[in-house]
Amino acid sequence: MKFFARRIAFYALTAWAAVTINFLIPRMMPGDPVIALIGRMQGRIDSNAANSIRILFGLDKDMNIWQQYVEYWKLLFQGDLGLSFTFFPTPVIDIVRQTLPWTIGLVGVSTIIAFTIGTLLGMGIGWRRGTWADGLLPVTTFFSAVPYFWLGLIAIAVFAVWLGWFPSSGSYDRGLVPEFSWEFIRSVIYYGTLPALTVILSSIAGWILGMRNMMVTVSSEDYVTVAQAKGLKERTVVFGYAARNAILPQVSSFALSLGFIVGGTLIMEMVFSYQGIGFTLFQAVSSQDYPLMQGCFLVITLSVLGANIIADFVYAALDPRTRQEG
Amino acid sequence: MATDTTLETPAAEVVSSTAPKKKNKPQKFLFLRNSKAMTGLGILAFFAILAIIGPWIAPYGAGDVSKDLLQAPSSTHWFGTDHLGRDILSQIIVGTRGVMVVGFIAGIGATIVGVVVGVTAGFIGGIGDETLSALSNVFLVIPQLPLIIIIAGQLPTAGGVTVALVIAATGWAWGARVLRAQTLSLRRRDFVEAARANGERSWRLILVEVLPNLTAIIAAGFVGTVTFAVLSQVTLSFIGITPVSDWNWGTILFWAQNNLALQRGAWWWFVPAGLCIALLGMALTLINFGIDEFVNPRLRSTGLHARSLRRRGIRPRIGFTPVVYEAKEDRT
Repeated sequence: MKFFARRIAFYALTAWAAVTINFLIPRMMPGDPVIALIGRMQGRIDSNAANSIRILFGLDKDMNIWQQYVEYWKLLFQGDLGLSFTFFPTPVIDIVRQTLPWTIGLVGVSTIIAFTIGTLLGMGIGWRRGTWADGLLPVTTFFSAVPYFWLGLIAIAVFAVWLGWFPSSGSYDRGLVPEFSWEFIRSVIYYGTLPALTVILSSIAGWILGMRNMMVTVSSEDYVTVAQAKGLKERTVVFGYAARNAILPQVSSFALSLGFIVGGTLIMEMVFSYQGIGFTLFQAVSSQDYPLMQGCFLVITLSVLGANIIADFVYAALDPRTRQEG
Repeated sequence: MATDTTLETPAAEVVSSTAPKKKNKPQKFLFLRNSKAMTGLGILAFFAILAIIGPWIAPYGAGDVSKDLLQAPSSTHWFGTDHLGRDILSQIIVGTRGVMVVGFIAGIGATIVGVVVGVTAGFIGGIGDETLSALSNVFLVIPQLPLIIIIAGQLPTAGGVTVALVIAATGWAWGARVLRAQTLSLRRRDFVEAARANGERSWRLILVEVLPNLTAIIAAGFVGTVTFAVLSQVTLSFIGITPVSDWNWGTILFWAQNNLALQRGAWWWFVPAGLCIALLGMALTLINFGIDEFVNPRLRSTGLHARSLRRRGIRPRIGFTPVVYEAKEDRT
């Protein structure tokens, strides 16, 4: 269990670092835009809320930085991330709670699809190296070099504006009431298809490339040659011997590239006006809503950490070496 | 040539029988003979020149308004005009500088931090290593783009150099991680041990013995960071964090998005800028492939097309890595 102990210690450290960064950033910034904002909201903001914003942004000059830090943690444990200025007077935590499921749904589904298809494709291409399948590589290189949001723009222009197959923005039909009905779910899927496809298209290249390179390396290992020489079926050699080992780095790079993918997907939400946390972050940035910005960053980071922990469990399930004692 | 021979010797070295036996002349600039790397360098050079001479050769000023509102490409405006009658081609040419400058400043900055952290961690070992690698792992796991957005969003002015520095401050971790792993493997090598036994000081060991052997990895990390920096900066401009008067390709897309270019069918407004980003990104990726193949002979043969493999009489099969003859000569 040493593996898990180490990983848990690491994630605790990362979570602490994320919170501390979040604490330090507004304190290191020159000027004080938050004071101006509070001034503008004078009279509309109750003293309790104003106080928590002061703590979050370090406006209390009579406290030293350490006291501020302790107060900050206290607020976080109460789930108090301050009030949003854009959606005044909704607490940030409520906004985040509403938008997070949409993002997790969109990013989760499309990332899993991209990972699965990409790994399978990469496996095939790596195994049949030197055939027509290598021709796919330049195409994937191109897609990995394109910014996510631009691909989104093109997708909207072609499929929503020109062909009219999909809606260009939003996440469900505004005429429907959000409820657990077949009609509503269908609408969510219909609105989510275009953003999801764009995310898949732009992130799949990395998985294909990574898996292919690992397959090339692994297929020249001795145990693969032995398996082949024993006369095992091609299927068994590919899945049981080569891919089984080639997928390990793929899973650990999944954990590392998650932050990058999430970043790209957030921008995608902005392009599609999809009501997830990325779109909220975008609104917060454009209206200079600092509490909301900070809250979004914190929640995004913690979610990425959560996904990383899951990836670690998968890794441990795939690689028996991590489960060895000692 | 400081070839990195650290990667395993290929299991089966195959000198193709059809390949002509060349004289044993040392192959210089092997890297430049790689067609992928050459293509990438060519595209990069094109954009670099454009970045330098851009403002002089642009047909119009990037912000000059005219009466030709939202026109499709024509002979006067090759890439059409936007809603204020500004010439899109000029915006792209002028904007190249912004993209390249930020890309390279961020790349250099992140590479310096990455080298310092990575090599130090790998070289000193022990508790210092643990601390530094934990630090870089933390930066790897925290999503960078949101971090950059909230930092840049709270700065009073987020001009080009500021954005570049923010990107450098958050994007060094990957390079550090790779460099640490390689330094760890290098520092127990015989030649380093020999130098240490000779009484060389640590800084000299690092600078003279270890660093030259990391050149290829540092270069690859640099190229990767530049790619990331370009994408981040364009994204930041697109969502409107950088001032709109600083022209770069993202700014063009920002204007296009905010003036409903998609709905108006003004494809010339957003397609060229995106293609330029993709082209630059692809050039950088190709250079990185070139470096990879240069360092790792196993991947080198995969750079060949199916047809040229067959022509050389190499049939890729399981348990068998064809290594092209350049690799062999380079080793001798």
